[in-house]
Amino acid sequence: MLIIHCPHCGDRDYTEFRYGGDASKRRPAHGSGDLRAWHDHVFLFDNPKGAHREYWQHVLGCRQWLVAERNTATNEAGRTRLARDGEAP
Amino acid sequence: MKNRYSALALAQHALTGKRWSRAWRAAAPRPDYDVVIIGGGGHGLATAYYLAANHGIRRVAVLERAYIGSGNVGRNTTLIRSNYMMAGNTQFFEHSLKLWEGLSHELNFNVMVSQRGQVVLAHGPSQFDVLARRGNIMRLNGIDAELLERGELMRLLPYLDYSDSCRFPIYGGLLQRRAGTVRHDAVAWGYARAADDCGVDIIENCEVTGFVREHDCINGVVTSRGTIGAGRTVISVAGHSSQVAALAGLRLPVESHLLQAFVTEPIKPFVDHVISFGAELFYISQSDKGGLVFGGHIDGFNSYTQRGQFAKVQNVAECAVALIPSISRLRLLRHWAGIQDMTPDGSPFMGRTPLANLYLNGGWCYQGFKATPAAGWCMAHTVAHGEEHPLVRHLSLDRFLQGNGHDEYGHGNWTYKQ
Repeated sequence: MLIIHCPHCGDRDYTEFRYGGDASKRRPAHGSGDLRAWHDHVFLFDNPKGAHREYWQHVLGCRQWLVAERNTATNEAGRTRLARDGEAP
Repeated sequence: MKNRYSALALAQHALTGKRWSRAWRAAAPRPDYDVVIIGGGGHGLATAYYLAANHGIRRVAVLERAYIGSGNVGRNTTLIRSNYMMAGNTQFFEHSLKLWEGLSHELNFNVMVSQRGQVVLAHGPSQFDVLARRGNIMRLNGIDAELLERGELMRLLPYLDYSDSCRFPIYGGLLQRRAGTVRHDAVAWGYARAADDCGVDIIENCEVTGFVREHDCINGVVTSRGTIGAGRTVISVAGHSSQVAALAGLRLPVESHLLQAFVTEPIKPFVDHVISFGAELFYISQSDKGGLVFGGHIDGFNSYTQRGQFAKVQNVAECAVALIPSISRLRLLRHWAGIQDMTPDGSPFMGRTPLANLYLNGGWCYQGFKATPAAGWCMAHTVAHGEEHPLVRHLSLDRFLQGNGHDEYGHGNWTYKQ
C-alpha cells in the first residue's frame, strides 16, 4: 500500500488523501490569452516513468494540500512538503 | 491458409501424429517496410492484419518489446459491448461488435465470442431515465437494447440482492443481448496468425528505442535489433504511449494509470450474463473455467507498476458482495493490474500526429479490448489513405485545442477521474 508522509499527521495510508495530479506544471499568467499555453497546461502531461511530483490533499486528516515525490515505476514515496510553502528550495 | 484449422484437420493430425506448424514465423527484421507498427498487442496486430487483408499492404512489421499476448490484450476482463451514447462512440463500437461477431470465421481461429448479454443496473428512477435515453439512442442507431424493470430483472438475474435493506436497491436495467465476452489470448494469437499468413513480419523481443527523424518527418525506428526504415510508423502501445511518443519529441494528453481485475476460485455455472453495478464502477461475469471475473475503477493516481493497491481490492470485493451476497465466501484466486493510458475526456486518440508519417493509436482508457477489431480496421484505413477513417475523425490528437473534447461521461478534464 502506498504510504504518504504528511508533515502534520505523519505516515498515513494513501486512502486518507485525495489525488490532485501533476504538481510540476506551471499555470500561465492570469489574463494570458495564449490558448496554446493554456491547452498545454490543462491537457498535456509529461507522464514520466520515474520521478514524479504530485499534489495530494489530506482530506481525512489535516485537510492540507501537499506536494509529494513518488517514483511512478516503483511507487516508492519520497519527500513531502506543504503545497502552500510554494517552490521547494 | 498454410495450416488451416478445421475438424477434419484436427482428426487427421490426431490419427497420423502429424505435428502442427508454428502459428506465426519467428521473423527477423528486414531493412525497411512500408508500415512499421510499434506494439504487438491486439490493436497493433489487428492493424497489421487489416492493412494486408483490406488494403493489400503486406510489407508490414509488428514490433513487440516482449512476446505476443504479454500486454493489455491479456490483462482485461474480456468484455465486448456497444452500449455507448455519444455520437461517434455509438457507431464505432457497434462496428467493433459486428466485427467481433464474425471474427472467428474471418481469422480461422476460435476466439470464443460468447454473446451472453450485458445488463447495466439502475438504482433509482433518475438513473433509470438515463438508461432509457441511452437505450433509445442505441435503438435509433440500429443497436439492440432492452429496458428491464425490476420485476423482469428478478426473473432474469434472480441471484442479485433485491432486499429492502440493501444500500443501493435495484430499480431496473438496460440489457444488450449481443454484448458478451471473448477469449482474449485467442484474439492476439488469431490476429497474429492471420497477419503472418498475409506476409506480415511479427518481430518479438524487439524494443523501439528511438525514431529516425528528418525535420518533421519520421522515416523509421531505432530498435534493440537494429534500425528499421518505415514508410509509415504507427504507435500502438497502450499504457506506454507517452513513453514512445516522447522518443519522437511529442507530449501527449495522456497519463498512465492502473486498472485491476480479479478472478475468484471456479464454481459451477452461476452468472450467465455480464452485469454492471450502477452505484460504483464495478462489473462481473463468469469465465468458461468457472471463475467469477471482477473489474473495478482505476487506482486513482498515475503509475507504471502493474501492481494494484489493496484499497481497490477491498472496494471491488465490497461491490461484489453488495450485488450478489451469496458469493461472500468465495476466495479471490488471482488479481492483476494493467497500465492504461487515461485521457482528459475518457476518449482515445486515433490518427495522424504533428509529425509526417507518424500515426498514433492510444489513450484507450477502459475501452481498449472491446475496440480491438474496429481500432485495427480504422487504423489500417487511416494509415493506408493518410487520412482518418470517418468513424474516428472525432478522435484527433488536437481536439482539445479545437474545443472538441469527446466526453461520454462528462467528468471534466481529469485523467484520474474518467
